[in-house]
Amino acid sequence: MDLYYIQGILMLAGINLMSVLGLSLLTGFTGMFSFGHAGFMAIGGYTSAMMTVNYGWPFIPALLMGALTAALMSALIGKLTLNLKGDYFCIATLGFGEAIRLVLDNVQYFGGARGWPGIPNYTNFTNVLIINIIAIIILANIIRSRQGRNMIAVREEELASQIVGINVFKYKLISLMISAAYAGIAGGLMAHYMTFLQPKMFSLVKSTELTIIVIFGGLGSISGSVLGALVLTSLPEILRSFSNWRLVIYGLSVIVIMISRPEGLMGGYELTPSSMKKLFTRMRSKKGNLPKSMEGGDTL
Amino acid sequence: MNILEMKNLTKCFGGLTAVGNVDFGVPKGIISGLIGPNGAGKTTIFNLITGVYKVTDGKILFKDNDITNKEPYLISGQGITRTFQNIRLFKKLTVYENVLIACHSNGNYNLLESVLRLPRCRKQEKQLKQKADDLLEIMGLKDRKDLIANNLPYGLQRRLEIARALALNPELLLLDEPAAGMNPDETAQLMTLISDIRPKFDLSVLIIDHHMDLVMGICEKIMVLNFGCKLAEGTPQDIQNNPKVIEAYLGVEG
Repeated sequence: MDLYYIQGILMLAGINLMSVLGLSLLTGFTGMFSFGHAGFMAIGGYTSAMMTVNYGWPFIPALLMGALTAALMSALIGKLTLNLKGDYFCIATLGFGEAIRLVLDNVQYFGGARGWPGIPNYTNFTNVLIINIIAIIILANIIRSRQGRNMIAVREEELASQIVGINVFKYKLISLMISAAYAGIAGGLMAHYMTFLQPKMFSLVKSTELTIIVIFGGLGSISGSVLGALVLTSLPEILRSFSNWRLVIYGLSVIVIMISRPEGLMGGYELTPSSMKKLFTRMRSKKGNLPKSMEGGDTL
Repeated sequence: MNILEMKNLTKCFGGLTAVGNVDFGVPKGIISGLIGPNGAGKTTIFNLITGVYKVTDGKILFKDNDITNKEPYLISGQGITRTFQNIRLFKKLTVYENVLIACHSNGNYNLLESVLRLPRCRKQEKQLKQKADDLLEIMGLKDRKDLIANNLPYGLQRRLEIARALALNPELLLLDEPAAGMNPDETAQLMTLISDIRPKFDLSVLIIDHHMDLVMGICEKIMVLNFGCKLAEGTPQDIQNNPKVIEAYLGVEG
């Protein structure tokens, strides 16, 4: 395996991670499942590609434009559907994702179902890495602010959140918009990495894959999402020598993890300098009479 | 002076009138009680005040402002907060996080400031954390602040719910059966707690409860509800001697 190949996989993981981080905020921290995030990726991807190809914008502004468009679109969808409870919201996003794909299939301006070749190759390892680091820092800052805590409160108990003065609808909408913006940037990165866009890339399978990564990594954990994206994006590549069996093994490994650790790899715990320190001191003392609820760190 | 005023309050669920034409004022600065047999509509009244249910007819005035049918988060923003009959904590979060979340309205830094972690955000975060710490101290939960709320003993869960309500700096605190499921000892502790926090936080309190020793012990004004209608209103002595109340609770003398 040469470096170029590994870098390629890491970039794919990074692109996935970008939208997984967004979905993590929505699903892991605000408690709403979405099966339409590929739709937001598509909006971001096509918008940023339009900006660089047709209007000659530089890469970063084009990415931000894609994020903005995805966020605005999500605001529109959110206004209409966020009052739906649990499963119904999930179905609404599923419908949205498919609708976006079908619309793009028929818009000849973007090449329709045949796809859109010739997008400049702006995405490289460095900018994926930097963008992801910034995205993680922003997300972590949101989570430990009062806005982030309010989102967690909404996830835990909606009625109680209302009673402590949290505008549940508003925080769901904020969470959805940020999450869509992340997906939009991921779409833009993908467009300028593949140099080709096709509506088929943003099907339900993509949305499902993102949700699987979030759950696999552990709901309510940013480091879990990072770990999940790295593992699950590279797993099919590592298993390439098993050819036809690789997707079966992929599926099996997801099932095994979900059975043995239903809360996901990290399940609510974060890998931060302070938590690492705690873990090391515990491993050294080996007696660690910590309460049961802290056992999550053991699997690291 | 009344801090909260219900005028001709009515709530129908389909054909059933859960609360009918209730007029009641909650006086400022004292502890009032709301009692009545099961299904009399006590909790419905709480749900109407806090905006969880929409009012069918009538008005609710808080400090002379109309708060009828406002969204729950707006009503709590005005200074009314409550606890629930079946405790509604953020069960999977720690005791500290429960209170810290409720402190959110004490800060006003915006999303951009949190994303960039600007000085105002950091400063206010410090204040919020301090406030959460202080509240836990007052409520005697400090040594358990890192426990998951669901793992607390029942009595302390109730206490935590009150602590969380206090984090909002309320003027009116509604307690829905705070002593439910408590033994006499815990009930006595709760009574002291409620009488302590009322002056300390300058609260007006309205309590629903079935423990008559609690209600008669700490409430200065009581309203009795039966089948959704007001049966009686007055001081604990009045209520205890009111033949209609005795009839509703015990039946007619033979």
